[in-house]
Amino acid sequence: MKVLVAVKRVVDYNVKIRIKADKSGVDTANLKMSMNPFDEIAVEEAIRWKEQGKANEVIVLSIGPQSAQDTLRTALAMGADRAILVKTDDEVQPLAVAKLIKAVAKTEAPDVILLGKQAIDDDSNQTGQMLAALLGWPQGTFVSSATPDENHRITVIREIDGGLETLSLVCPCVLTTDLRLNEPRYASLPNIMKAKKKPLDVTTPADLGVDTTPRLTLLKVEEPPTRKAGMIVGSVSELVEKLKNEAKVL
Amino acid sequence: MRALVIAEHDNRHIKPATHATVTAALQLGGTVDILVAGTRCAAVADQAAKITGVGKVLLADDAVFAEFLAEPLSTLIVGLAEDYDALVAAASAAGKNIMPRVAAFLDVQQVSDVIAVVSPDTFVRPIYAGNALATVRSNDKKRVITARATAFEAATETGTAVIEAIPTVSDPGLSRFLERRVTESVRPELTSARVIVAGGRGIGSDSAFSLVSQLADILGGAVGASRAAVDAGFIPNDAQVGQTGKIVAPDLYIAVGISGAIQHLAGMKDSKVIVAINKDGDAPIFQIADYGLVADVFEAVPELIDSLNA
Ligand SMILES: Cc1cc2nc3c(=O)[nH]c(=O)nc-3n(C[C@H](O)[C@H](O)[C@H](O)COP(=O)(O)OP(=O)(O)OC[C@H]3O[C@@H](n4cnc5c(N)ncnc54)[C@H](O)[C@@H]3O)c2cc1C
Repeated sequence: MKVLVAVKRVVDYNVKIRIKADKSGVDTANLKMSMNPFDEIAVEEAIRWKEQGKANEVIVLSIGPQSAQDTLRTALAMGADRAILVKTDDEVQPLAVAKLIKAVAKTEAPDVILLGKQAIDDDSNQTGQMLAALLGWPQGTFVSSATPDENHRITVIREIDGGLETLSLVCPCVLTTDLRLNEPRYASLPNIMKAKKKPLDVTTPADLGVDTTPRLTLLKVEEPPTRKAGMIVGSVSELVEKLKNEAKVL
Repeated sequence: MRALVIAEHDNRHIKPATHATVTAALQLGGTVDILVAGTRCAAVADQAAKITGVGKVLLADDAVFAEFLAEPLSTLIVGLAEDYDALVAAASAAGKNIMPRVAAFLDVQQVSDVIAVVSPDTFVRPIYAGNALATVRSNDKKRVITARATAFEAATETGTAVIEAIPTVSDPGLSRFLERRVTESVRPELTSARVIVAGGRGIGSDSAFSLVSQLADILGGAVGASRAAVDAGFIPNDAQVGQTGKIVAPDLYIAVGISGAIQHLAGMKDSKVIVAINKDGDAPIFQIADYGLVADVFEAVPELIDSLNA
């Protein structure tokens, strides 16, 4: 089984972002960048399949600027076999990302494509589903368990609003990961060194014949409304009194 | 402008998020129809017909939709899209699963998790875990939108829309439903509850988590949780509130043993009144709480339960 994993370089989840004074966007200059946490889970899952003998090759793919190579190297250090960077400095929105991944999938012909369920910067939660549509493949989204079997099918457990749902998908298919699928490993120093020698191919949207012109125009970015300052109460009885008589919610 | 809302339901009852979605769709400024796709779901179509502002209910009643699989549902919706300028669903697990698939088939860039409709093509949506609000304009020929239910008033039920049965689609056979394990609960549903008591890692164990449920029950509320509490197995996944869990905005949110990471705040900071109980006075949750109590959960919560029972 050949597995393709798509990863995005995003502002680290621990960093508090700043909005540009002219409201034109979020200022990401000089911020700590990391692999999107959900994508890290996707990489980990593919590597585990390889270690279990269920997958024979794990390819990681990123779309972004030159610096997205760092994210790919991290995935290689975790255990992926080779990497592909679709290099662009432009903003690429989910539909165009899905088209680019599709173009790579056409030549690589993976049995499974794994992606994070959402990127923690734009929080769109779209790319995997769009990719599945464009390829005409089944989709297993928000997956907290994924078990490939001998019959070229994968059984997935999905996190849904009411609980959990189990589906059986035919391969090739697209899966998007939820938080509880696994706990990603840290790359060891020797593996980080080894990753530097693993193959990393660079291509471009133009090479792949994909138009990435944004379909959404960003008009402005603003701070969310702030809550007015609250108070610290001294005791449970004071809390109850406030909730009853001031907030009137009891 | 003609909008089609995708109703969310379980073949018996329409989910309240649908009413908020209708409100969002009406703000696009044109007519709103509603699609009920399921199996033996005529009762749901009747409920949908009562929602104020709905012009017509399209009923696709077929076993192929029984489990709401994304593949047949998206085929159905794409087939209806020609008659509509906008397709709108709730930004729920179901809406998030289906709508991007629809959007890609239509070559449309979806606008996810809309919290305000500025004009028929311009929308506000949170990014970076709600730490920024982006206003975006769609340049596509159609709109595919998911709306955040807590950001729109629920439409009322004074309508008498006509119900029209529509042709079904065949199952592409790409995925097969095996099982659904729904968390059974007599408590109100998290996303529409008036009161939520949420527990975090600070609760320490799944047996101690019953303190959270007891407090919720006295208040007639729902039980929520941080990611850490779910990961630790104190409570099932569907209770997770946050950036990547459920978005809630109850009248009263009581956070117990939750530190207040931005990913958690993203899911609950629009609650009307927020109470935080945490033994660490520096916990970030206190920065957004209306009422903070610096105390040990195991002392404060039993005392709170007693005083509310009294
Ligand atoms: C990609 C990604 C997505 C995420 N999505 C979400 C999400 O949707 N929702 C979410 O909640 N988190 C999410 N997180 C996790 C988030 O970053 C935090 O790790 C998590 O919210 C912490 O949960 P907590 O507050 O319960 O635990 P902690 O941060 O460990 O806090 C526990 C708190 O309990 C207090 N405490 C301990 N013992 C007691 C006691 N006896 N009495 C009183 N107080 C006590 C402590 O002082 C502490 O403040 C996400 C993280 C990532 C990376």
